[in-house]
Amino acid sequence: MAITISGDQAMPGPPLSARLTTPQVWGIVLVAPYLLVFLAFVVYPVGYGLWLARHPASYVALWHDPIFARAAVNTLIFLLVGINLKMMIALLLSGFFAQQRPWIKWLSVLFILPWAVPSIPTILSVRFMFNPEWGVVNTLIFKLTGDDGPNWLNDPTVALSMAIGVHIWKSLPFWTLILMTGRLAISHDLYEAAEVDGASRTQKFRFITWPSMQALYLTCTLLSMIWTLGDFNSVYLLTGGGPADLTHVLATLGIRYLRLDQLSLAMASIVCALPFVLPLIYFMMKRLSR
Amino acid sequence: MKLPTLREVGVEARLLLIGIPVFLWTMIPIYHMFLFAISPKEDAFSGKLWPTHPTLNNFRIVFHQEHYFLRDFWIQFWNSIVIALAAGALTLLIATAAAFAISRLKVPGGRWVMNLALFTYFIPAAFLAVPMYRTMGNYGLLNNHWSLILAMVTIASPYAIWVLKQASDKLPVELDEAAVMDGATIPQLFRLVYVPLMMPSLVAIGTYAILLAWNEYLYAFLLLSKDTEITLPVALGNFLAADDSPWELLMTTGFIYALPPAAIYYAFKRYMVGGLTAGAVKS
Repeated sequence: MAITISGDQAMPGPPLSARLTTPQVWGIVLVAPYLLVFLAFVVYPVGYGLWLARHPASYVALWHDPIFARAAVNTLIFLLVGINLKMMIALLLSGFFAQQRPWIKWLSVLFILPWAVPSIPTILSVRFMFNPEWGVVNTLIFKLTGDDGPNWLNDPTVALSMAIGVHIWKSLPFWTLILMTGRLAISHDLYEAAEVDGASRTQKFRFITWPSMQALYLTCTLLSMIWTLGDFNSVYLLTGGGPADLTHVLATLGIRYLRLDQLSLAMASIVCALPFVLPLIYFMMKRLSR
Repeated sequence: MKLPTLREVGVEARLLLIGIPVFLWTMIPIYHMFLFAISPKEDAFSGKLWPTHPTLNNFRIVFHQEHYFLRDFWIQFWNSIVIALAAGALTLLIATAAAFAISRLKVPGGRWVMNLALFTYFIPAAFLAVPMYRTMGNYGLLNNHWSLILAMVTIASPYAIWVLKQASDKLPVELDEAAVMDGATIPQLFRLVYVPLMMPSLVAIGTYAILLAWNEYLYAFLLLSKDTEITLPVALGNFLAADDSPWELLMTTGFIYALPPAAIYYAFKRYMVGGLTAGAVKS
């Protein structure tokens, strides 16, 4: 880090062209490909998208579209309930996987699988499991009780909960791994000292683990919220937004409008999310570019 | 003598009480997929833990493209490979050059470029997908593999640049100075000093970009549509469109599709965990 800072400070005011040395010319040449990609595939699309979303009429139309309101509420539930639940489980499991046991080591190798394999086949596998007619779950319910199982994905609340479940299934290993690195970085002496003083398990967590991890935990939670806003697969592949478009989130809704050729609505729905996303992004950038 | 062992048993039991649910939660969807892949059609829906007549026939059908849904399996598989490798190579090239310029050559405005890249990294992928689709249309790239490759490069390179910059900031400045004293030009410095020293991070980032592109569904599904142009995940998604889709074949194809990334992940785990998680979140 110190290298970068001294490098930046070594650049005084005079006009650029006069001061360009060979390394700097090479630097510009080498950074140019990324800048081209950035201009062509980030600046242009974003600018074009914002321009498409300029009509107030689009926002009026969104306001009158019940699917949009529902999607906004679903997104909030997904983020507030889903992410917090996920991060709490990840925090708990990071303690579990930090235990030194051969079988826990083996389990951690398996545990990473959901993150290592692509989401499409596994989400479809879950979808088939809960198929009301042929799925394994209802077949078992029928065998055990003789009754037909519920029509799982046809109930909006259950379907959304299951989409959240699928999301947690997929990304829990990643966050557990991150939190575990944080946990392993805590000095062992602290725990030994606490042990000598007769601290209980909860006390150790409250006074040692949590204070050293809370900054990391907050960063992870916010980062996960930003990324989850863009989680299209969990909802689209499990429920397809159904039943009756009641389980859409903003990520799938934008694509739905796009497929219906209502591009300005698609962009407007994204613009509506910006007041919430941009502060989060700003906060994260301040944290990471320190 | 007996008390401590009892306590140990208690601790172990409590760990198992967490471990067993974690194991089941993780493995059930994957095992369910595997079960379908090795079951004949009649057995697949029975709800048994192991099929009465396990078979590899499903794999044979997929490999020989003997079903309407699978008639382009091999070309789709090939498309996935080409796109993943191209996106990986291009990301690596662009990101390494940019990281070298920002971190080692102190290019003017480098800090700005880094911040722009970080900003891109935080844009939710599904949000960028909408305008990206239109943009690719304007560029005339829709239904062309380049559209997906370039989209993947756009999404992968910010994180790649960030991780590589963090890693190269750690290399001592004296190395560059010594090489320049010995008369090395900038390209030589890059090729003979920088790249060899950065190898572990480069492997991690290359793997990251390849997996990202191989696993991508949303962009692939938006940007490509012809049956012979699409990648495997889009083909899997298309299975869903029909009511009578053959589940056992869909799960077999999905299983085949999931194997390479899992294998790559475990093969490069050493690099991935060190190179990526360290960079993913700085506490």
